[in-house]
Order: sequence, then C-alpha cells, then structure tokens
Amino acid sequence: MGAHDVAVLGVGMHPWGKWGRNFVEYGIAAARDALDDAGLAWTDVQFVSGADTMRNGYPGYVAGATFSQALGWQGAPVASSYAACASGATALEVARTRILAGLCDVALVVGADTTPKGFLAPVAGERGDDPDWLRFRLLGATNPTYFAFYARRRMDLYGATRADFARVKVKNAAHGLSNPYARYRKAVTEEEVMASPVVSDPLRLLDICATSDGAAAVVISSLDFAARHGAGSPVRVAAVSTVTPRFPNTVIEMPNFSTDSSLAVAAPDLPFRDSIAAAAYEQAGLGPADLDLAEVYDLSTALELDWYENIGLCGPGEAEKLLRDGATTLGGRVPVNPSGGLACFGEAVPAQALAQVCEVTWQLRGRAGDRQVDGARTGLTVNQGLFGHGSCVILTR
Amino acid sequence: MTKTRIPAVEGWFTLDDEPHLVGSRCTGCGTVFFPAERTACRNPGCTGLDFEEHRLGRRGRVWSFSTNHYAPPAPYVSPDPFVPYTVAAVELPDEKLVVLGQVAGEGPGLRVGQEVELVLDTLYEDDEHEYVVWKWRPVEPGPNAPTGGVTEGV
Repeated sequence: MGAHDVAVLGVGMHPWGKWGRNFVEYGIAAARDALDDAGLAWTDVQFVSGADTMRNGYPGYVAGATFSQALGWQGAPVASSYAACASGATALEVARTRILAGLCDVALVVGADTTPKGFLAPVAGERGDDPDWLRFRLLGATNPTYFAFYARRRMDLYGATRADFARVKVKNAAHGLSNPYARYRKAVTEEEVMASPVVSDPLRLLDICATSDGAAAVVISSLDFAARHGAGSPVRVAAVSTVTPRFPNTVIEMPNFSTDSSLAVAAPDLPFRDSIAAAAYEQAGLGPADLDLAEVYDLSTALELDWYENIGLCGPGEAEKLLRDGATTLGGRVPVNPSGGLACFGEAVPAQALAQVCEVTWQLRGRAGDRQVDGARTGLTVNQGLFGHGSCVILTR
Repeated sequence: MTKTRIPAVEGWFTLDDEPHLVGSRCTGCGTVFFPAERTACRNPGCTGLDFEEHRLGRRGRVWSFSTNHYAPPAPYVSPDPFVPYTVAAVELPDEKLVVLGQVAGEGPGLRVGQEVELVLDTLYEDDEHEYVVWKWRPVEPGPNAPTGGVTEGV
C-alpha cells in the first residue's frame, strides 16, 4: 500500500446520451449516486472539486461552486479545474492532494457536460490570437483531422489497415453492450465501420467518437477515514499523473499549428503521451505488466492502438497484433476499454476522465456485470487534454 | 472588378512569388518558432527575450495528411457547396519542426514522405477581398530548392 494512496468510497454516473438538458442536472444525479454508493450524506463532504465545461456559460467555469449550490450550500470549500479532456483527472488530483495534505478527510469530485451536435468548435467570436480559433479559420483543422494524422502514420509506419481500426470499434461496441451508462449499446460489424462515410481520411464516421451529454462523480477519502467509515478494503487511487510535455514536444498536437523545433534542444527520450503513464507507474511503483485492465481515450479507433504502446502494453508497431490476438478483448490478457470506451459513450469532456475512474472502480470491486474482467486488482485510465494536459490514474485493490 | 488580395492572417507569411512562412528565432539559443514567438523563449533552459525574424524553409516532407469530407464549424469559411480539402503536416528539415497547412490542388496520391513546397492560395473570398493563406503543393522529386535563413532582426 502506497504512502500516497487515497480510498475511493463511492462512484456514480448519469447515463451518457444526447439529452439536451442542463449539465447541472446530470452532475447532481451522478454526485448523489456516488454519495449513496459511499454511504455518505452530502453534508459529510468536506471539499468539492469540479471539472469545468466551456460550453455552458459561467456556471460551467465554476463547476465546483455550481454543483455545491445545486446540492445545497453547506460551506465546504470548492475548486474548479479546466484541463480540456483531462479536466476530470485534474479535479481528482486537486481533491487527492488536499486529502494527502491533511486538509480534509473526504472530498467529492464531479464533472458534467451538455454538448452541441457535430464537431466540437472553438469558443465563438473573432479570436485572432487564439490558436484554437485560428486552426479552424486558417486550416479547417478539426479534431478528427489531428486524429487522422496519427492514424495515417500507423498505416505508413506499421502497415496498419482500415480493417484494424474497424476491429477496435467492433471490440469496444461488444464490450459496451450491457453497460447501462453507455449511449450506444449495439453490436457493430467490421463491414458497418468500413461502410460508414469517410470523415477525415483514413477515419470514418464509426472510427470517431461522438460528443455526448453525461456526468460522473467520485467520492474519495483518506485511508483512515475509510477505515473509520467501515469501508473494508476499498479501491485505492495509487497514482494520478497530470504531467505536461517536455520541450521540445515534437509530435503535432491539437490545437497547434506546428510542433516545437528540436533545432537547439534534442527531443526528450519519452514522447509526451508515453510520459503520461510513465509518471503514474513511477508514482504507484507498478508497471504495465501489473495491469489487469485499462480504460484509454479512444477519440478514434486508431488512437486506441497508439495508447497500447504509450502505456507500455506492447512495443511501437505491435498494437495491431495485440488487438488481433484478442489480448485487449474481454477474456484476453489485458482488456482495454471494458466499459465500451468513447466508442460507446461519446465524449462528455469534463466527465470522461472521471467516468474512466468509475469503470475501473466497478471492475476492481468485481461489480461490472457482463463486462467484468475476472480477478481484476489493478487498472489504469489514461487520456490527454488539449493544450498539454496529461491524465492518468492507477487504481488498485 | 478585381478583388484585393490580402492575407487571411497578418504577418505569418510573405506575399512574394516564392513565399515563406515567417517565424521567429531566439537570439539566445537559436530555437525557431512558428507562428512567431516574440515574448519569451519557450526552451525551458533559455531565458532569451530577443528574437529575430526567421523565414522558414519553403520545402519539406509530408509527415502525415488527411482529407476532410465534412464542412468544419465556423470560423472556417466553407464554399457552398462544400469542397473536400486536404491538410498536411510537413516536416521542415532546416527548422526541425512539423508545420501544418492545407494542400494546394487536390492530392489523391499524396503520400507520407513526399516533398512539398510552400505556395499561396485563396482560402475564401468576400465581395471585396480575396483572402490568401499558405498551402503545401507537391513537387516532383528533384534537387532541393534553396531554403530560408535568418534575416535582419525585427
């Protein structure tokens, strides 16, 4: 047991979908589920950490306060974090460090979003000094454009095929079939993926995750509090990595126009995406061989394959083989995205990293139903947020 | 009436027949930035605050690319009807960086590793103006064209 472990006392989610209601409604539903799961009352919470949304006006920018007010002001201090897709992990880290510093015993972490239809778009207005605005204006470089760059590289460097990408979707769709929180619960065939319209070549509509409404919440506490509360042997957070890139970052990333130049300083040994999980492994004193499952950010099918390599499940260029061999399918050596992943959920940005933590928690408790990974003791979640935000959580039991 | 040709973004590229992207170069450590960095050097081991203008090399090789088949959201200005377009990530050997740009003309047959050069092309138009932007155009294999270098400080 690590000196920096905290206990996961409760988790809760609001089902993902396109419900079109206010994000606060989803957030308080997830929060109440997580509190029930923890056996705690809202008034027991000593700190509230919100993951922000940029699409829902001012209340979205102050999520910690918004959820606290909605649940009924009870005086607990709040924080609100924004780190794009990594917001949930950052909010979790704020709460974890506050507990580890001894400033509180139990904290509630919540993220929720209501998303528009179609492509995620930049903040509105004439924003000539915002690279996120300019990449749409000058290049038409949508998010799937960047996902497609990475997919094309896999094809060129490693001989990946569009069928390999389709197989990721087939796998994740099968995993998510019985997940009550997933938005898409329907088996998908390779042929259906290959027949879907091309969005950003080589990626097709069914290779790319949708945008969704949804919410996830996690109640964490000190191990002492968990013991006093009679939590038995709770799932523990063994590591949270929120690292940023090291200069020069030589992989092109959203929303940038260019990479850093490696003219004056050589590229670091570990590319950014590799460094995210490496920091978490080091913190937890664990390695890829210890994992029983992983929830990775499949913004695209091809990106899931990149993550296999980034978190050390296999070497560069070996992800397609790992997938084809069934190692990452339920029943395989290390199932990836047993929840169904973004393929089945669609992305609800500030909730997604927390949803990954909810899934791993259910898996480690042995309560994931038809999608249960047998005997799971250690799981990892990983994702990356726009503008250099790493996000990786390791949970153990 | 002839429309006035103006850059879609000010100061990011030259408007001559052999256009260059205009970045900056830290006078302390030599790191190049595009778009130009003029505030503080982003090399964490350098405290440089002074930059000179740097015109990036006009040729590079395709690192990756993608053709978009759906109209992006605003602020992209799409023709009506929408026309698919290709965006390439291009590796510049002299600056050791990868920079994005749309591909001029259509690029079926574009491939990773292919040599491309910088050109100017229309991004969109309104009643009075034609807004131009940099794009990458595939070149036949051949000797490298002269590449950019440091010019007088800005």
